[in-house]
Amino acid sequence: MSGDLLKSYRFREERQADWQKLDLILTRAENGGVKSLTDEQMLALPRLYRQAVSSLSVARSISLDQNVIAYLESLCTRAYFFVYGARTTIGERMMTFLRKDWPAAVRGAVWPTLLSALFFFGGWGLAFFLCLQDMDWYWTFHGQNFMEGRNPDATAEYLRSTIYTDGHGDGQLTAFSSFLFNNNAQIALFAFALGFAFGIPTAWLLVYNGVMIGSMYAVFWDKGLGYEFTGWLMIHGVTEIFAIILAGAAGFIIGGAVAFPGAQTRLASARSAGQKAATIAMGCVVMLIIAAILEGFGRQLINSDTARYLIAVTTGVLWMLYFYMSRKERSA
Amino acid sequence: MTRAPAPLAPKTKRPGVSMEAATQRRARMAEEMRQSKLIRRLITPEGAAIRLKLATAAERAGAFLIDVAIQWAIVIATLFGLSFAMSGFGEGSANIAFAFWLVFFFFVRNFYYIFFEIGQRAATPGKRALGLRVAARDGGRLTANSVLARNFIREIEIGLPFQFAMMGGDGASGWMALFGLLWSGVFLLFPIFNKDKMRVGDLIAGTWVIRTPKTKLMHDITSAPSKAETSSRFTFTTAQADAYGIHELHVLEDVLRQSTPEIKKQVAARIRVKIGWPQQSGETDLAFLEAYYATLRRRLEQRMLLGERKADKFDVR
Repeated sequence: MSGDLLKSYRFREERQADWQKLDLILTRAENGGVKSLTDEQMLALPRLYRQAVSSLSVARSISLDQNVIAYLESLCTRAYFFVYGARTTIGERMMTFLRKDWPAAVRGAVWPTLLSALFFFGGWGLAFFLCLQDMDWYWTFHGQNFMEGRNPDATAEYLRSTIYTDGHGDGQLTAFSSFLFNNNAQIALFAFALGFAFGIPTAWLLVYNGVMIGSMYAVFWDKGLGYEFTGWLMIHGVTEIFAIILAGAAGFIIGGAVAFPGAQTRLASARSAGQKAATIAMGCVVMLIIAAILEGFGRQLINSDTARYLIAVTTGVLWMLYFYMSRKERSA
Repeated sequence: MTRAPAPLAPKTKRPGVSMEAATQRRARMAEEMRQSKLIRRLITPEGAAIRLKLATAAERAGAFLIDVAIQWAIVIATLFGLSFAMSGFGEGSANIAFAFWLVFFFFVRNFYYIFFEIGQRAATPGKRALGLRVAARDGGRLTANSVLARNFIREIEIGLPFQFAMMGGDGASGWMALFGLLWSGVFLLFPIFNKDKMRVGDLIAGTWVIRTPKTKLMHDITSAPSKAETSSRFTFTTAQADAYGIHELHVLEDVLRQSTPEIKKQVAARIRVKIGWPQQSGETDLAFLEAYYATLRRRLEQRMLLGERKADKFDVR
């Protein structure tokens, strides 16, 4: 056979310098982010990308060198995800999340939020009235868990002492509040995730948490400490309970989308609902961090009922304004 | 002019095709079928098709195990580091350190995956190690919300079965735990039972996990330096060049690129027998294989341009 080169080899020979240039740019961008690219490289990228993609389709039909085809497949895939991938930095994403995505997602979920609140406060009310009628219910709900002595057998004096502090043992309180944050945040994420099972476990989780607080509330109410306990609970509870309810709402959004996809396919419906709901769940984690700070420091350092109520009302109003106040869309 | 009816294709096996070869071929085709089930075509806005290969459930599990190991390493290292740093201080600061560690634990547990998948590579270290990445199912941008959604859902896929498994107990609570385990096992094993290998989180987030292994561009075999001086001595006939098909060409490419001299020798011997090529004096196996590879590829590429893909040596037309 004559010594002249294969067509497919000449094809590759003419283009491989550009492929390797693209490879280099991609490797650099993957390791160091977009910022590590020079202006020249940024300008060359779209052209090199298009060339690689067209090389791939030509190579498929003229070349039988499987290394070249595998290389181009992987190069084009990487380039595609880079060229059409997200370019925003983490900081920018956080800002859009706080400014737009989160409040918008919460605002768009008024009905699930109300449903979620209904389950939570339903559980609360149920436990509260049952316990007021017969304190034995408390033991049914809590089992043998003594809740640090906050149970019906405790004296009013003792109960009073548990909701005010004398300013000692700060370290322990910090540990306790971080434990509570962990617990609550995990429950919130759980409520979200369980939504996938048509929202039924989410509803149960909400009722259960409502029952836990409602029965405890009844203990204090019974001993005439209702006003003081409300202050103790609500200084962070406004934020925390709101967060739990929103997490439940996120679960219901997913559950509803999976159970009743409407005109969309079930997959498409789950996808669009999942994105909204995840935004809300992420927000719940933020709220629970704030709640934990209020609980760990605010509640332990502030012993005045009036100040506690003031903080509770302020946080409530701020959350309401943040989520539901209509804001103008600023166009870029 | 009337044409004589074409003779019926003989049902008996073709001469020269052994049972063993036919079985091997069938197995190879089945394997190719199985592989092609994991391939999805993505049409880029330029109108070109890119073939994406989905990660198998086993690869996903492997990546997950690596990630879990890394998470535990981080958490335990931090615990030791903190307890060491705090050993000199009082109980109060130890409590604060513990509080810090608890919060840190929560963030490592829930945000490890999110932190890495939101980045440019869309892959956790475990996925990266196995050449995987997360991609949006519609081929569009992988949004931060999708990453959040797919990772928050992990709580029911892993956390729930784990909790039920730990619950144990006897009598009624044991049955409850077993029932719960079975129920939550559906979420855990979800990726095995759908053709896109999605887990529940992927389903909710509109994502899937694909393979993006990095491939190196190697030199073209037909451009090997040994070819220039010896090309004149190898002249194959068309019949010899038609002895094999694309599958054998690819196998030969693999042999030339990455096998030992022993294997090359065996392969060269088999090809010589098949095409009836007498070994000349001073002819090395490597030179023969490279020359035959070039001839075969030229022949097959020419035929491909005319629209004939000769799949393998059994494909006679």
